Order: sequence, then structure tokens, then C-alpha cells
Amino acid sequence: MEYVIIGNSTAAVGAVEAIRRNDKTGKIVIISNEKYHVYSRPLISYLLLGKTDEERMKYRNDDFYSEHRCELKLGRTAQRIDVQEKRVILDDGESVSYDRLLVASGSSPVVPPIPGLEKVRNKFTFTTLDDAKSLEKALFENARVLILGAGLIGLKCAEGLSKRNVEIICVDLSTRVLSSILDDQSSEIMKQHLEDHHISFYLGRQVTGFKDNVACLDDNDEIPFDVLVLAVGVRPNVNLIKDIGGKTNRGILIDERCRTSIPDIYAAGDCCESMDISSGQIKQMALLPNAYMQGECAGMNMSGVDCIFDKAIPMNAIGLFGKHIMTAGTYTGQTYYESDGKDYKKLFYSNNRLNGFILIGNIEKAGIYTALIREKTPLDTLDFELICKTPGLMAFSRETRAEKLGGVINEYLGSPVGISCVE
Amino acid sequence: MKRVYVNEKWCLGCHLCEYYCAFASTGETDMARALKDIRINPRIRVEECEGISFAVSCRHCPEPLCVKGCITGALRKIDGIITVDRNRCIGCYTCILSCPYGAVSPSEDGAIQKCELCIKTHEGTPRCVLGCPNGAIVFEERGE
Repeated sequence: MEYVIIGNSTAAVGAVEAIRRNDKTGKIVIISNEKYHVYSRPLISYLLLGKTDEERMKYRNDDFYSEHRCELKLGRTAQRIDVQEKRVILDDGESVSYDRLLVASGSSPVVPPIPGLEKVRNKFTFTTLDDAKSLEKALFENARVLILGAGLIGLKCAEGLSKRNVEIICVDLSTRVLSSILDDQSSEIMKQHLEDHHISFYLGRQVTGFKDNVACLDDNDEIPFDVLVLAVGVRPNVNLIKDIGGKTNRGILIDERCRTSIPDIYAAGDCCESMDISSGQIKQMALLPNAYMQGECAGMNMSGVDCIFDKAIPMNAIGLFGKHIMTAGTYTGQTYYESDGKDYKKLFYSNNRLNGFILIGNIEKAGIYTALIREKTPLDTLDFELICKTPGLMAFSRETRAEKLGGVINEYLGSPVGISCVE
Repeated sequence: MKRVYVNEKWCLGCHLCEYYCAFASTGETDMARALKDIRINPRIRVEECEGISFAVSCRHCPEPLCVKGCITGALRKIDGIITVDRNRCIGCYTCILSCPYGAVSPSEDGAIQKCELCIKTHEGTPRCVLGCPNGAIVFEERGE
């Protein structure tokens, strides 16, 4: 069996580890346009911050590829897929044949079409190790750094820059920071916290144009800057599949076995759209845990073991200047709420199910809430009042507790996240 | 493999498992001296409410969500035991968001901590098990 994987990040690793559980001898070829040993992308902000280094950023040990017997084609770009011949054609004309192909091509930062952007000096995106290295080189004492986007990437970048003796200004179209994961009140708490750490915001504003290194806003404000970081979002890399007529929307469409619409071609990770079971909607969930589990699911199926991943939900754990945020699921339904103005907790529920939550500050045992969403646990089977106040196993019935703590944990049963426990 | 199992019927709620856990990671020989004036931050935690109590620690799941979700690769499963490479952990706490048992927690220095069955500090039976005065925590293999 010949396996080819396009991409060399989280989903690819998930696939390699799964394939090697089932197939010790098949050939695995990994193609990536980045030249690095697999590294953790979210760590690039910690690299700027000095909390990690390139060595510790490695997502797997140095012997990962040799141990899993992978052939690497790094610094090479997969240009197209020949479905008839079952081959991947690379930029230098070389072609690699496959029996099963995984497209784990990730996503690319969106570069907004703002007039004058092309003349801006020192502009960067912030999703790869090379991005972080080039940004770092452009920094100097008292530089004014303008970050476009106050979402996860923009704010982690801001934190990464915070010890660099630079001025940090953040502009976002939304009136709220982290608008994709927080509601009004929790967003306000985080904005205050970030302002306390010397990040200034222009929210609900749009950059309408650049005059060299001056940003012009829609209300005629002008912000001069030295360095620009574009962090307005990412777009799934779908072209390889789109070009051969595979089904795509904003991302590549996959089923619960991570198959694309084309036989023997799978897709996983940030290049995909998949079902968010907390809302029932198909969406792009560019999150590392989902990427790993999709990659793993794809790898299982590619190597002949039937496997379903049908438990994806949006989930984010993010720390900013010592304050931790955890969110998961969908924010619909009735709410349970507590806040002292600094810490925050809101749970969203309806129809006997927990739909989602937002926690700031006290994040202890948050995974118990996540599990309620993921497993769609009927809330009338537990002490809901208690679990709202304090997440814990105490809220479950005595029998369920006995199963969870005294029981034998089932081995692999179809779903890679279906951890069920029986006595 | 052998795991730590608890039986809430026998749990006295004495919290000694928490103290033995905290003691195990100090490397000291005298428990009283090691823990004097320290607010312990153990990896096993007793939940208690209205007369019911039981200890919770890592289940070392066969399909561990903490390991799969770990953004750095610091959490790994080696010979069935889920361990953390503290040097690689940057304290994002995705594992805390993922663990359905609430068995992962932040340590004093920001990296996460979890039960590693005492493999890094002692040989043999985990200290919480040895220290439980009522046999409510056992270390055994159960029909896997």
C-alpha cells in the first residue's frame, strides 16, 4: 500500500500515527512546502515571547519520521492530483503515486484587498514559523506595530510582541475582541485586561486604505505604524481538490470518515469543513485538536480500519497575559451565568443538553463541561444545578461515577473520541 | 495494565491521598517536614459533597483526548501511561478543556500536571494508593 500525505502538520501526524497502528510496512510519503520538521503552529507567538524555542516547538521527536518510516519531500509543493493515474504531481515535475491520498493542506492567511496595501513596508501574516521569524527581524525598539484583527491570531501575536518594547495597536471591524468565541460581556472583560497590558484598540473600525505606512480608518482617523501584521482570518487551501472536481465549499467537504467526494482521497484539518455537532452545522473549525482527530480518523480508514469521527465541536483554550479563556460549543439557549467583573462563566443549554460555555479565569475541570457537549449527555441524568456551580463527577449518578472511576475503559470502538466506560 | 481505581463506598474523605500525592513529588523523606506550611496542589483530588467523597486522578484512557488535543506534543502516552514533558508544555490548558474527568490541572509554574502513576518519582505502587488508610484506592489490573 502506498500512502501519500500532502501537508506536514497536525493532521498529517494524526494520520501517520493511525496508519502505523494498522500497517507497519506500507510506504508513507509526506509532501510539504515548508522545510521544517513538524512543529506546533500555535507556538509561534510563544516563540516571539521567548517562552519556547525552535527545538521545543517540534510537535514530535526528532526520530518521528524514521520511527514511523516516512519518506519526506519537504520544501516541495504538490501542484495537482492526477485522479486517473492516482499520482500527485510536484512543482519540479516529479510525480508520486498513491493508493490512498490524504490532503492535509491547511489554510492560508487572508490578505484583505485594501487599497495601498501593496506599498506598505514591513507587512506580515502570522501563521507559520517563517512568518514569526520575518516579523521578529523587522522589530526594533519603540516600533509601532499595527495588528489588523483582534481575534485569536491577532491577540496571540500581540501577546508575543509584548516584551519586545514595541507599541501595539489593534484594529478590528468588530466592536468586540475575540468576537468569534466571546459574547459582549466576556469580550469587554478581556478588552480591559488587554488594555491593562498596554494594547490599544480601535474596534468597530475599518482600515479603508494605506498611504505608505499610515493606515486610514473609515472615520478618517489615521494611524502611522512601522510594522503591519495581517490577522484577519484564514482560508482553507482547497484548490488541489477543487481543481479535480471534488466537492468544496469554503473548505473541502468531508464525510464522517474524512473522505472527500473523490475515491481514495481523504482530507483532514484546517483545509476542511466538517460537522459541528453542538450546532448541527457544517463549518470550518480550524482547531488543532480537531485536526489531529480528523487526521487520525483518515489514517485509520486509509489503512483499512473503519473509523468515524463525528464528535467535532468548536473548542478553544487561550491564555492572554495570564488570564485563561476556555470556550466550547454553540452559544444558544438558556444561560447559567456568574461573574465578578474579572472572572466569568456562562453556560448555554436547551432541550436537556448543554450547547456551549464560556469561562474566563477559573477554568478548573472545564473538560467536564466539554464532555457534556461532546457526548450530548441528557442534563436530567445529572445534578445540573451542582454541575453549573462546580464541574465535577459528583453531579453524575452513583452508577455513572462507579463506571467512570472503577470501570474498565473500553478499547477502540469506532469513534476515536468515543471514550465509553463499562463495569 | 495496572490503573488506579477508587471505590467511593470506602472513601473516608480524609484527603490523605492528596497529601501523599503532593509528598511524592517533593523528593523529601519526611512528609510532615516536606509539606509544612505548604498549600498542596496534588494531582489526585477528592470531590466531596453531602457525605459522599471520592478521589479522582488520571484514567490513562486508551484513547486520550488530552494527548490528541495537546498543541505542543508535550503530552504523550508511553507504555500505557500518559505523561507530560514539562519542558515542552507552554500551559495553554487545551488538555484541561479536553479531559472528561477533570483530572488535569495547572501546576505552580504554569505547566500542567497530572497523575503519572508515580513513575517519575518512585517505583511500584503509586503513593496515593499506599497512603489510603481504608483501601478506597487500589492499583490493579481489571479485565482489559
